[in-house]
Amino acid sequence: MRIVFEKRESVSRSARALVPIVSFLLSLVFGAGLLWLVGVDPWETYRAMARGALATQYALSETLVKAIPLMLTSLGVAIAFRMLFWNIGAEGQLAMGGLAATGVALFVAGSLPTWAVVPAAIAAGMLAGGLWALVPALLRAYLKVNETITTLMMNYIAALWVSHLYHGPWRDPAGYGFPGTAQFPASAWLPRLFGRVHLGLVFAVVAAALLWFVLQRTRWGFEVRITGQNPVAARYSGIRIARNILLVMLVSGALCGLAGAAEVTGVMRRLQQGLTVGYGYTAIIVAWMSQLNPWGVLLVAFLLGALLVGGDQIQMAMGLPAAMALVLQGALLFPMLGGTLFAEYRLRIVRTAAPTAAVAQHPVAEEAE
Amino acid sequence: MDVALITSILAITLRAGTSLIWATIGEIYAERSGILNLGLEGMMMMGAVSAFAVAYHSGSLTMGLVAAVLVGALLAAMHAVLSIGLRANQVVSGLTLTLFGTGLASFLGQRLGPGGTYLVGLVGPTLERIPLPLLSRLPFLGPALFNHDLLTYALYVLVPASWWFLYKTRPGLHARAVGENPQAADAMGINVSATRYRYTILGGMLAGLGGAHLSLAYTRGWAENITGGRGWIAVALVIFAMWDPLRAVIGALLFGGINAIQLRMQAAGTTVPAALLNMLPYIATIAVLVLITWWETLRKRVGAPAALGLPYAREEKG
Repeated sequence: MRIVFEKRESVSRSARALVPIVSFLLSLVFGAGLLWLVGVDPWETYRAMARGALATQYALSETLVKAIPLMLTSLGVAIAFRMLFWNIGAEGQLAMGGLAATGVALFVAGSLPTWAVVPAAIAAGMLAGGLWALVPALLRAYLKVNETITTLMMNYIAALWVSHLYHGPWRDPAGYGFPGTAQFPASAWLPRLFGRVHLGLVFAVVAAALLWFVLQRTRWGFEVRITGQNPVAARYSGIRIARNILLVMLVSGALCGLAGAAEVTGVMRRLQQGLTVGYGYTAIIVAWMSQLNPWGVLLVAFLLGALLVGGDQIQMAMGLPAAMALVLQGALLFPMLGGTLFAEYRLRIVRTAAPTAAVAQHPVAEEAE
Repeated sequence: MDVALITSILAITLRAGTSLIWATIGEIYAERSGILNLGLEGMMMMGAVSAFAVAYHSGSLTMGLVAAVLVGALLAAMHAVLSIGLRANQVVSGLTLTLFGTGLASFLGQRLGPGGTYLVGLVGPTLERIPLPLLSRLPFLGPALFNHDLLTYALYVLVPASWWFLYKTRPGLHARAVGENPQAADAMGINVSATRYRYTILGGMLAGLGGAHLSLAYTRGWAENITGGRGWIAVALVIFAMWDPLRAVIGALLFGGINAIQLRMQAAGTTVPAALLNMLPYIATIAVLVLITWWETLRKRVGAPAALGLPYAREEKG
């Protein structure tokens, strides 16, 4: 008897939908095992996380506050991944967006009409994020430099730069030495919808709609998708891949920069610690869980936002490390990745006396005996 | 500059480069067999936390090192099952491993101290430097090369042995064949999957030891974000080294040297902002990667194993 993988005639739609859900449940089971091992009641912990993230209006609004930067960065990551450009620099692009928006809010706001300050800060953030992403894009497009490493290295550089600014040159002189800039003038505050939920939520929904439209309904979106699915065919059909890499990364970086700009002008209203807390990395998980679908991104980002808020809650309420949320989100992708195979292949148990004959009859890969 | 200063910078260079060399050699094994493992950062992080926690509670350095090896192997095995057995995307699987390892290490670091407290700031057993008799008293090079801890000394064997193994032995040839042309290797009767499992897991073990060197010898204790991107720098070093263990040492020492100069300048009270100094390794990684890619393209050489990152299944033989 042996188990073989057999390619399905078409990708199973129900499997595709089921895999993320099963993955989520499996990561919870894994987390429960870990909690039990370190001597904590898993049921109690999960209840505290869910309550803290979803049960009250305040909890829900805090979950949305975390979901907004996740949505924007994940959309950025998703469009790059569509082209198989491994942008893991969302964290740095977000930081640069926050930095540029802060620059506008602190030093340019006074010389602008009041209505123009927020748009200018947002635009500066998007531009900075886009330009930061353009560096690895240029290196990859024209020199074939591995973008995984360059985008990641630029995260460290951006984070150090930002922290240098609010610890040093940009620190609030009236802040009693507390690391952080002065609070922005009110004209540079991104309007809030309710609680601390700001206009960034609208940006995220609009961005998702635009991305979906561009990817599914325009020629350029078609080129991006084809390049990701079959780079060789794309090149032979005359698609200008280098140019598309630059454009995709400009968009990707601009979305991440928008996340950073919205974070400093909408939530913190100053630049301080807490801007680069890993949204750009969680974005990778969100993008892959949602199978790079813009609408899916919004949903999964909300779910992972809840996970992060839940992590903070168990730290405050039960003294458990907030890193539990990081463990759970990390554990999410393993079953997800493994499960993708089952959308394309089905398992078959072959019972034969002579295994060699079975292989000859079914030209399929043998995986295990 | 006087001789003593150069000697001490060389010694720090080697100490700072040790964890990088372990991880880079480990990744070279995995990538030579065709498996790209971007989980180095996560495996190093988990190696560091488990080595320190086990050594702290058991009082035994050996147990700590064994724990790091086992944890590294276990994490690499997860990547292997996904990318070899289940043919998942290796870039995403490796990234997942890094995110998972970093998160889990952070969680454990806040939980594995005595009575469920933090590990940060605890003092545990450390790998002490052992000056080798006679050799360490050689002028100039003696103190630079022969006054180190066991994990650094082990490199004096590991690096040449790895080079010899990969280029001069039959199993090494098989490993490279599997990474270059799995179809041909398969036809030769080499078990492609088993070979890839073996070297991916070996890579994880070595990365785990790299992490252990950080928490047991270099930093002497657990600290949040202890690796600081060293796993990623090691991924870049593999490219810099063109998948050759001997060249990996040059790259790792370059980065160790940057660390050493950074420490020296900070100690000397330089006016250069600390942030800029701290950026140096990351800027240098990008610069080195650009230069080497450009240079190797000019020479029309591609050092990467041809089947790197591609899953292998017999049905796709065509």
